[in-house]
Amino acid sequence: MSSRCRSARRAAALALAVLGPTACRRETREFATWPPSASASTAVREVELRPGPPTREVDVRGPYADNAYGVSEGKRLYNQMNCTGCHFQGGGGIGPPLMDSEWIYGSEPENVFETIVEGRPNGMPSFRGKLTNDQVWQLVAYVRSMSGLLPKDVASGRNDHMQVRSQEQSTPKGTPQQSALPPSAEHP
Amino acid sequence: MSVLQQLDSFPGRHSALDPGGPQAALIRDRLWDPMYATAVVTFVLVVAALMWAVFRRRSPGEESDDPRREPVMRRAVGLAAAVTVVVLFVFLVADVAAGRVVTATPGDDAIQIRVIGHQWWWEVQYRDSLPQRWVATANEIHVPVGRPVVLELRSTDVIHSFWPPSLTAKRDLIPGRVNSLWLQADTAGEFRGMCAEFCGHQHAKMAFIIVAEPAASFARWLAQQRDTAGTPQDSLTRRGQEVFLGSQCPMCHAIAGTPAGSRVGPDLTHLGSRRTLAAGTLPNTRGNLAGWVVNPQRIKPGAKMPPNALSPDDLQALLAYLETLR
Repeated sequence: MSSRCRSARRAAALALAVLGPTACRRETREFATWPPSASASTAVREVELRPGPPTREVDVRGPYADNAYGVSEGKRLYNQMNCTGCHFQGGGGIGPPLMDSEWIYGSEPENVFETIVEGRPNGMPSFRGKLTNDQVWQLVAYVRSMSGLLPKDVASGRNDHMQVRSQEQSTPKGTPQQSALPPSAEHP
Repeated sequence: MSVLQQLDSFPGRHSALDPGGPQAALIRDRLWDPMYATAVVTFVLVVAALMWAVFRRRSPGEESDDPRREPVMRRAVGLAAAVTVVVLFVFLVADVAAGRVVTATPGDDAIQIRVIGHQWWWEVQYRDSLPQRWVATANEIHVPVGRPVVLELRSTDVIHSFWPPSLTAKRDLIPGRVNSLWLQADTAGEFRGMCAEFCGHQHAKMAFIIVAEPAASFARWLAQQRDTAGTPQDSLTRRGQEVFLGSQCPMCHAIAGTPAGSRVGPDLTHLGSRRTLAAGTLPNTRGNLAGWVVNPQRIKPGAKMPPNALSPDDLQALLAYLETLR
């Protein structure tokens, strides 16, 4: 075997080792999380102060920040749990908008988790005991994806009926226009 | 449990060759039987020709590149091609004709049922001019015998396909569109159907049952389904109702007569009277219901129902309550 071939193989193996896990992570679907934490409750703490002896910190970053399936499940829950009733599709209305960069109670995953589980004054209800921790984390991921806090490749697409332009196949046929630019300059 | 045993334990006829209605009978008699007979005859002829070619003895002095054999072979191939074209054309005509009969609009006395496909279950609605008389159920379609039924097919997520092989041909449920399909059951009984368009992880566990019954008992069933759930009578079922309303259940499920009114999951108002759980996946028994409530992801991974960690006492009370919903 030539040395060039060997080094190419090594590079390919390295690329697989580096890219493989990240690529899979985006599409991983974990269904059976057991035991279930039915009442989303103790995972989040905003201050360090707490009663009793020190306990082990729980990982509160949320498992779905780089997972397209989790984000899409969050989008499904966002509609089914009637978040749209107040926040609409992120633009806000009765509740504050979710697609801007302004966060009243913080934009970190644990802040959003806390908002959903505990509720907030002036209307945001508490979903404690109504969603599993996993479902809340999926919602967190989707809510954060709306304002671009998640990588673009995991964020869900816009719904068909909300597209700015109708789809190409349902627009009337037009005549080709002669561009002022030479074809070679159109895609520099 | 093996696959065969599992299939065996489910109610309902599930075979296009065992028709329970005029459409499936027509498909079998005009398409399946002639096609099967033709295929058998063709197979026998082809094998016979092959055997003849293999075992024929050449006459002495016969050459394989003899120019006199060319026209004979050309004629044989031409004849076989012509017969094939004719047979396929006859089947094309028969297919179009049968399709026209099967899809022809049924009479005016048809009843209308709305079927909505979800990942991975079937929502069934019997609508009425009065909304309080609407009936919502899931994965089980009751129809009167001998009367055409028009199904209005919709989908909320992806494309599904409605296929009860013993009754009629399949038809897709397409999100954003309304499709329709009609069927008729000539004999009373249970007919099983499946989703016939791959729709995600649990496509294989998305079955339904069509229960055909005489007009009188169908009317009785419909009237009974219009009832709301009664108030729990004893302390155990009362506790069960509290567990239901106090946990995550009402976020997705509805029970008419209680504050639970969500339409995300199947309507549970008459859960106890249904034959199967989880879209034809399990027979509706107390043990199966317990397993399903506690950890649906074990039975149907990817199903939209989350696991529910209930204490044993709460679970028993909940099961007792759900069993009263008849």
